[in-house]
Amino acid sequence: MADPKPSLDSLPLKAHAAGLNFHYGDFKALKNIDMPIHDKRVTALIGPSGCGKSTFLRCFNRMHDLYPGNRYAGEIRLHPDNVNLLDRAVDPIEVRMRLSMVFQKPNPFPKSLFENVAYGLRVRGINRRAILEEKIEEALRGAALWNEVKDRLHEQAFNLSGGQQQRLCIARALATEPEILLFDEPTSALDPIATASIEELIAELKERVTILIVTHNMQQAARVSDFTAYMYLGELIEFGWTDDVFIKPRNPQTEAYLTGRFG
Amino acid sequence: MMRQDAAELRALIARHKRWDVVFGVVGLLCLAVGLLTFAALFVDMLVDGYARLRPEFFTEFPSRRAGQAGILSAWIGTTMVMLVTAAVAVPLGVAAGIYLEEYAPKNWVTDVIEINIGNLAGVPSIVYGLLALGLFVYEFGLGQSVATAGLTLALLILPVVIVATREAIRAIPGAIREAAYALGATKWQVVQGHILPYSTGGILTGVIIGMARAIGETAPIITVGALTFIAFLPPSPVGTEFPFLNFEWLMSPFTVMPIQIFNWTSRPDPAFQANAAAAGFILVFMTLAMNGLAIWLRYRIRRNIKW
Repeated sequence: MADPKPSLDSLPLKAHAAGLNFHYGDFKALKNIDMPIHDKRVTALIGPSGCGKSTFLRCFNRMHDLYPGNRYAGEIRLHPDNVNLLDRAVDPIEVRMRLSMVFQKPNPFPKSLFENVAYGLRVRGINRRAILEEKIEEALRGAALWNEVKDRLHEQAFNLSGGQQQRLCIARALATEPEILLFDEPTSALDPIATASIEELIAELKERVTILIVTHNMQQAARVSDFTAYMYLGELIEFGWTDDVFIKPRNPQTEAYLTGRFG
Repeated sequence: MMRQDAAELRALIARHKRWDVVFGVVGLLCLAVGLLTFAALFVDMLVDGYARLRPEFFTEFPSRRAGQAGILSAWIGTTMVMLVTAAVAVPLGVAAGIYLEEYAPKNWVTDVIEINIGNLAGVPSIVYGLLALGLFVYEFGLGQSVATAGLTLALLILPVVIVATREAIRAIPGAIREAAYALGATKWQVVQGHILPYSTGGILTGVIIGMARAIGETAPIITVGALTFIAFLPPSPVGTEFPFLNFEWLMSPFTVMPIQIFNWTSRPDPAFQANAAAAGFILVFMTLAMNGLAIWLRYRIRRNIKW
């Protein structure tokens, strides 16, 4: 790598986790995590199954609040207003309105394409047809789906292929102009061609939005991300520029995982 | 000696497959017992009552003369009672089911309630009749009316509606629910925009199956004091003058199909037995039609819902 990378401290932050601990009942799933999320960059979370990467991601939009027995400690601060997303006083619904999520399996609603993308806006009380149409076109263009579906917006979403469904879910997440887009293994249910189109899309999206992506696929992390965080057993083992983490990891555990000695 | 030659292997497979044939035959016989019994009953009623199945049978009041007696007051009574039952059981049952699935905290109180809803479905219908006699007829002063019967049957099918609602809700994948919550929806927005629309098919099926059970109930209706012989109709629910609706019919005395059948069966004159058979045939047909409707609705609604 010839181009000198700017030092991490000089980059603007979109969020950071500080002293984050998370419990599922008695099980401690995340241990004291400190990590920056840089603005308009892609940060990948990698690690073996059960390392807590998805758990960490789901802290950002408080998905854990939906189920009983989950407990957060520490903070995830969103910049620039420095609000702690995990604060009990902060309504999880407000958090979810500011951050969007794309899930592991494409999960469109059994409604029309139009209504799928419109839902986040409708939840916000936006029902004017003209506004919805404009925002939906914008979101579908953002998700590189517009040209394929512009003539069939009123068809059922499950008629799309798996890759199109996932791009529809990305459009649904984009329509509300989120501050951070959270991806939870977005290509694990897709074939290689659909995967490539989603990865291309992620590269385009980072111009506009901060992205945090969990992936079980190390090559994917290497391809799409600017930063990589390696997690193991609920701990953040290593964080840095993706090139650095993959080429010269500082921690021997990261190296062992990346070279396929375990995982 | 693990390796067997092909002939031996084939003999072994043939021997094992014999059990498939045996079970296939036994299973078919078991199925036939149920189906043939029902078919025999149905055909027997049709044969006995066929002569009476004419349009006048539906438009005549009961009479002392078997040949002139009809089921007008019975089928209108049944329809009105079912209307009340549905109007009460559907909102109560669906709301209770949604509350238990989506809102109730998961603790031991909820567990006890869940178990008891199952138990309620098993309470003999006569017990509901006794409850209704004390509560609706005397305590609330509703008398021996359409309203009392409708409320009684609503109580009877409430557990069925609640259970059907819960099962329909549980069939919705967690991923769909999470997708809605992740967009910033509140619980009520999720219920209204997703849970209810996606579970409508299952709920309707449960409601109709419950109604099909209620339509044939006799014991609780007799207990609350339905008339066995009634030669007039409740006041019409729709009028020609403003406000075009009236609710006097709710407080009217009534009879229902099963009671009419019961009444005719207990007459010594064999001509009434033909009436009973004809009315029984119609009642079974009504039940089958309701079940058919349930199947059709489920098919229609599920066609647009896939995950």
